[in-house]
Amino acid sequence: MATAQTRTLSRIMMAPAVIVLLIWMIVPLVMTLWFSFQNYSLINPMMTGFAGWANYLYVIGDPSFTQSLVNTLILVGGVLIITVVGGTFLALLLDQPLWGQGILRIIVISPFFVMPPVAALIWKNGFMHPGYGMLGHLWKFFGLQPVDWFNQYPLFSVIVIVAWQWLPFATLILLTALQSLSEEQREAAEMDGANAINRFYYIILPHMARSITIVILIQTIFLLGIFAEIRVTTGGGPGYASTNIAFLVFRTGILSNDIGAGSAGGMVAVVIANVVAFFLMRAVGKNLDA
Amino acid sequence: MGSISLRNVKKSFGDVQIIPDISLDIKEGEFVVFVGPSGCGKSTLLRLIAGLEDTSSGTILLDGEDMTKAPPARRGLAMVFQSYALYPHMTVRDNIAFPLKMAKASKEEIDRKVEYAARTLNLSSYLDRRPRALSGGQRQRVAIGRAIVREPKAFLFDEPLSNLDAALRVNMRLEITELHQQLKTTMIYVTHDQVEAMTMADRIVVLNAGNVEQFGSPLDLYKKPANRFVAGFIGSPKMNFVDGPEAAKHNAHSIGVRPEHFLLSRENIPGTWKGTVGVAEQLGSDTFLHVHVDGLGLMTIRTDGDQTFSHGDDVYLTPDATRIYRFDAAGLAI
Repeated sequence: MATAQTRTLSRIMMAPAVIVLLIWMIVPLVMTLWFSFQNYSLINPMMTGFAGWANYLYVIGDPSFTQSLVNTLILVGGVLIITVVGGTFLALLLDQPLWGQGILRIIVISPFFVMPPVAALIWKNGFMHPGYGMLGHLWKFFGLQPVDWFNQYPLFSVIVIVAWQWLPFATLILLTALQSLSEEQREAAEMDGANAINRFYYIILPHMARSITIVILIQTIFLLGIFAEIRVTTGGGPGYASTNIAFLVFRTGILSNDIGAGSAGGMVAVVIANVVAFFLMRAVGKNLDA
Repeated sequence: MGSISLRNVKKSFGDVQIIPDISLDIKEGEFVVFVGPSGCGKSTLLRLIAGLEDTSSGTILLDGEDMTKAPPARRGLAMVFQSYALYPHMTVRDNIAFPLKMAKASKEEIDRKVEYAARTLNLSSYLDRRPRALSGGQRQRVAIGRAIVREPKAFLFDEPLSNLDAALRVNMRLEITELHQQLKTTMIYVTHDQVEAMTMADRIVVLNAGNVEQFGSPLDLYKKPANRFVAGFIGSPKMNFVDGPEAAKHNAHSIGVRPEHFLLSRENIPGTWKGTVGVAEQLGSDTFLHVHVDGLGLMTIRTDGDQTFSHGDDVYLTPDATRIYRFDAAGLAI
């Protein structure tokens, strides 16, 4: 890429890919933006035309929106806490030399390969169902009343399922970070009189800081849009107890057949995602500076 | 404070025996160098003393106290690693202060000791930098600083200079030797470089395949090597060995002559070795001649820098009769 000629050439060669990507991105976004300002309800097809801010006021003004926003933040935050803390512990355990390490690691990673709706179904029917779920049986074994997880603790149940899926990802990234710590540094800390807890706090944790940041950033991006797990298990209910912004858009646009309001909700979700990303980058992004 | 004794220490990893059986007594305040070819177990021996590896059997005494099973921190030893093992996310100050912080020393004590160490090692102006921003020699000094502040019974150095360039290595060699004279603390220093061993040590332990070949002062090892291995390992360039009838003339299985113990001449003197000069390595002060001696093989001869031999010249060698080392069939000195 040294000369002007190769630079021009490289630009021409890259142009088709860049243009396709741009269209791919821009067209749906512009269409959503367009619909969000239109009266476009499948139940009332006669009513068309420009709606102004009505769709936005309708979505944001609804009490379910505030609840969904709070639910989204709790969902993201809860899963992040469980996966980062749990992932760190699992990584520390898996880093110990033990028999069958290779197989154990594959087993630990495997939940990540299970598709979200499948994982949700496994949890819904296999574990959390009060009648025939494993947890129900466990409760009954101890003579307790089985918990109807999706009715009594809907959001918590969704958090558990999503955390189960993302724990392997966090574990894997954190394990590689752990393994890149030089053995001599650990030994030096040991010679310096640091016990296991101090070694973890002063040596291992700072070493892993960057990887933890990456785990948080990547997971947040995906967790803001959690949908399948909610759709399969609680359906956003009871009421709006487990509805996040993504699911609210689905409820408004598809279940209520109001494409205009759904699009407005979608645009709001885009803004929220960007706001979260902005604050997140400010909060943890400094760890990424080499 | 600072005597170290090993009693019948053995170490094996699985079926592989690294150290068959070693007993050593290191006196208080001594600078002892473990030297040997790579894989001879010198680093393992150091790690056993440090407590970073468990002994398979035997006893390690520090100041007469049995520390064989004690964890590294309780042994009161400080170690400088080959890679320095500085903590990259801490400043130089925090690096040096870390052992004190772990020992729960007071803030004033930490400041005082860190300042002292920094002044001793010329690090005062770098205290707020991260290790990344330091040169190799400076990192080395930070690692030593981190060792000093603990006021350990003994310092352990694991090939600390092998990552430095040649000029810096000579400097740091001097600095560590000076530090030893200043602190008078016991030091154990592991290296594969016999020049470092000769120049720094009070006493040298020559190791080979996990066995102590000889333990003595540098000049002892040079003048009275216990066996053929030590004779070949200590001294640079290496000693020349001759087997067969030539050795039998001296009633030995093999004889050794150091490169500096030859007389050279261009005239044929009866009883001398005749050879042809191969390569002449000129160092200015000295010249190393690699001579192909008829019937005896390649020999290295050290001569002064003004000699006039060059490739292909015939040369006659007379070994200094008083400085011929004789070895028996088992390689032991006679």
